[in-house]
Amino acid sequence: MIERKPNSIQTDAARHPMSQWYQLRTDDGVCRIMLTGNYTYTALLRQFAALMQELSSHARNQELYWDLTGIQQLDSIGTALLWHAWQAHRPAQLLLRPEHETMFERFERLPGYRSENRVREWLGFVTKPGKHALLLWTHAVGLIALIGQLLLDVLYLLRHPIYIPWREISANLYRTGAQALGITALVGFLIGIVLSYLSSRQLQMFGADIFIINILGFSIIRELGPMLAAILVAGRSGSSMTAQLGVMRVTQELDALTVMGISHSLRLVLPKVLGLGIAMPLLVMWTSAIALLGGMVAAELQLGLSVRYFLSELPDAVPIANLWLGLGKGVVCGMAIALVACHFGLRIKPNTESLGEGTTSSVVTAITMVIVIDAIFAMMFSDVGLY
Amino acid sequence: MAQSECVIEINGLQTRFGNQVIHRDVNLCVYRGEILTLIGGSGSGKTTLMRQMLGLEQPYGGTVRIFGETRNNANRNSLKKNIRGRTGVLFQQGALFSALTVFDNVALPMRELHTLTESIIRELVMIKLKMVAIGSEHAGKMPSALSGGMIKRVALARALALDPELLFLDEPTAGLDPELSEGFVELILGLRKELNLTIVMVTHDLDTLMSLSDRIAVLADQRVITAGTLDQVYRFPHPFVVSFFKNMQHKTRPMNHWEQTWKTVPTR
Ligand SMILES: Nc1ncnc2c1ncn2[C@@H]1O[C@H](COP(=O)(O)OP(=O)(O)OP(=O)(O)O)[C@@H](O)[C@H]1O
Ligand SMILES: [Mg+2]
Repeated sequence: MIERKPNSIQTDAARHPMSQWYQLRTDDGVCRIMLTGNYTYTALLRQFAALMQELSSHARNQELYWDLTGIQQLDSIGTALLWHAWQAHRPAQLLLRPEHETMFERFERLPGYRSENRVREWLGFVTKPGKHALLLWTHAVGLIALIGQLLLDVLYLLRHPIYIPWREISANLYRTGAQALGITALVGFLIGIVLSYLSSRQLQMFGADIFIINILGFSIIRELGPMLAAILVAGRSGSSMTAQLGVMRVTQELDALTVMGISHSLRLVLPKVLGLGIAMPLLVMWTSAIALLGGMVAAELQLGLSVRYFLSELPDAVPIANLWLGLGKGVVCGMAIALVACHFGLRIKPNTESLGEGTTSSVVTAITMVIVIDAIFAMMFSDVGLY
Repeated sequence: MAQSECVIEINGLQTRFGNQVIHRDVNLCVYRGEILTLIGGSGSGKTTLMRQMLGLEQPYGGTVRIFGETRNNANRNSLKKNIRGRTGVLFQQGALFSALTVFDNVALPMRELHTLTESIIRELVMIKLKMVAIGSEHAGKMPSALSGGMIKRVALARALALDPELLFLDEPTAGLDPELSEGFVELILGLRKELNLTIVMVTHDLDTLMSLSDRIAVLADQRVITAGTLDQVYRFPHPFVVSFFKNMQHKTRPMNHWEQTWKTVPTR
């Protein structure tokens, strides 16, 4: 190894600012350029563009004799710099260290990289909506196929009850139900208070204080309780179900299950759907109860309506059918959320980006679905439980 | 290669996961310019030791110095970046970015520099891929569409992207066919001729071990029981060492065959 520090050659070369990198010399009428120092990216990083420009301006001189033996270390970025300065061919006169030879050979024998140039889409305004429609169609078909598969699984389980995945169902009940009690209670309580406070202010103006029971009872038991619980669960459990299945795809766990002959739908999807189908109505009941509690507290404070009176009047003000309606919504929404989550989870491709995308679309779809289901219920049961 | 400076210096390192003790009192020095091979039984903590060197695990006790700095001192951003830039890592499982194509995986560290033009990056990437024998037709593939050995090689290309001074290779030849393993050995030998490379490598492959390593460190009983040249380690009386090298005699019948291989390693 040549013992020469890059900075020690300051003799005649301190003229140009890049003297650390190269010197120009003329002896016997031959123009020489001597490169010195470390041509590695750590050394070059700051001056990469400037140095490349200077060297390429020198490279225009075809007669120049390139002496690269002064280079101590040359990495591929350094080589790339020289190669580009030389316009992708070796200069006519070149002196290299043998160990640097291979670096340049690699550049000479560079395989071409065909970058896939995108075909411009002229018909974007037609094809884009078309693609979206097709995507929607595949999702719909996929969901229906999943539901069909689950029905077949249920039939199978009815005949072979020994295969019913109790453990998974109970684990899902705990995860989606019990662990969601805190957040649904908090949200329900606060919404109850706000709703009760605002309504009672309005009712007070008309002296219709007593109707707070009807307003709270109907809105919470029939609408708000189920909707709050469903939206919270869609965000909370829906995303985690999708992510779980997606990660299982990324880590090839799904494939491992397949080769063991364990059905995805039976072992992974069905317990989630059943679990949430059971947990959801319970959560709805819980959310409604806590929201009513919040409402009662606010009514007591605002209107002086005692809790005891509120509770005794509630059954008369709100027919029991509303409760069944709310619970029914809970069951349907719970199963729909789990279905959508699993559908998107199973469609995830084995990469992290698809995982993120799938989880987002799963949650968005689940929440939309919940609201659509609510609207359908409202239309179908418009004359049930109302006076 | 005389006693030169330590690039990595490990003193009295202890590692624990919960109650499980992985390392107790590990002492090791990786000299500049050498290829150090870590061997040890499966689960003996080789990968964990490598992660300690990379600062991915916290020592329970003792210190790990890299380029003379402990990772805690190296928290200042520029220094950290510098160390990161000077090291390349091949993880045991590849750890390719699954959302990026092969090309973009290798290009990522180069793009991070914000200095190189896209055409230079393209050339460099294709060179790196060619070095690990990945054809250009695979450059557009996603990592999930690669074979196991290809993942290893693309990960190696990514580790080599910036020509690091310090290279960590966790089982680089696992999953490669013998020809590719040989190609790997040649690649590394070639690279170290061109650059001032220091390599820490984990391998179970005797051929790779014999043709590449300057020194070997044996990890057993939660310690580095011995570190030295193949010759020294080979004679070390420990059941793991004995069983590890048991097959070597059959493989290389004339005992001085590996000495010949040895001489092909450039001495500087
Ligand atoms: N994140 C972690 N948490 C808990 N224990 C761990 C963790 N990582 C590794 N271990 C344990 O540390 C021990 C050493 O693991 P390590 O991955 O270092 O083994 P190895 O020597 O690389 O083995 P192999 O040759 O099989 O790759 C093992 O017993 C492993 O279970
Ligand atoms: Mg390992």
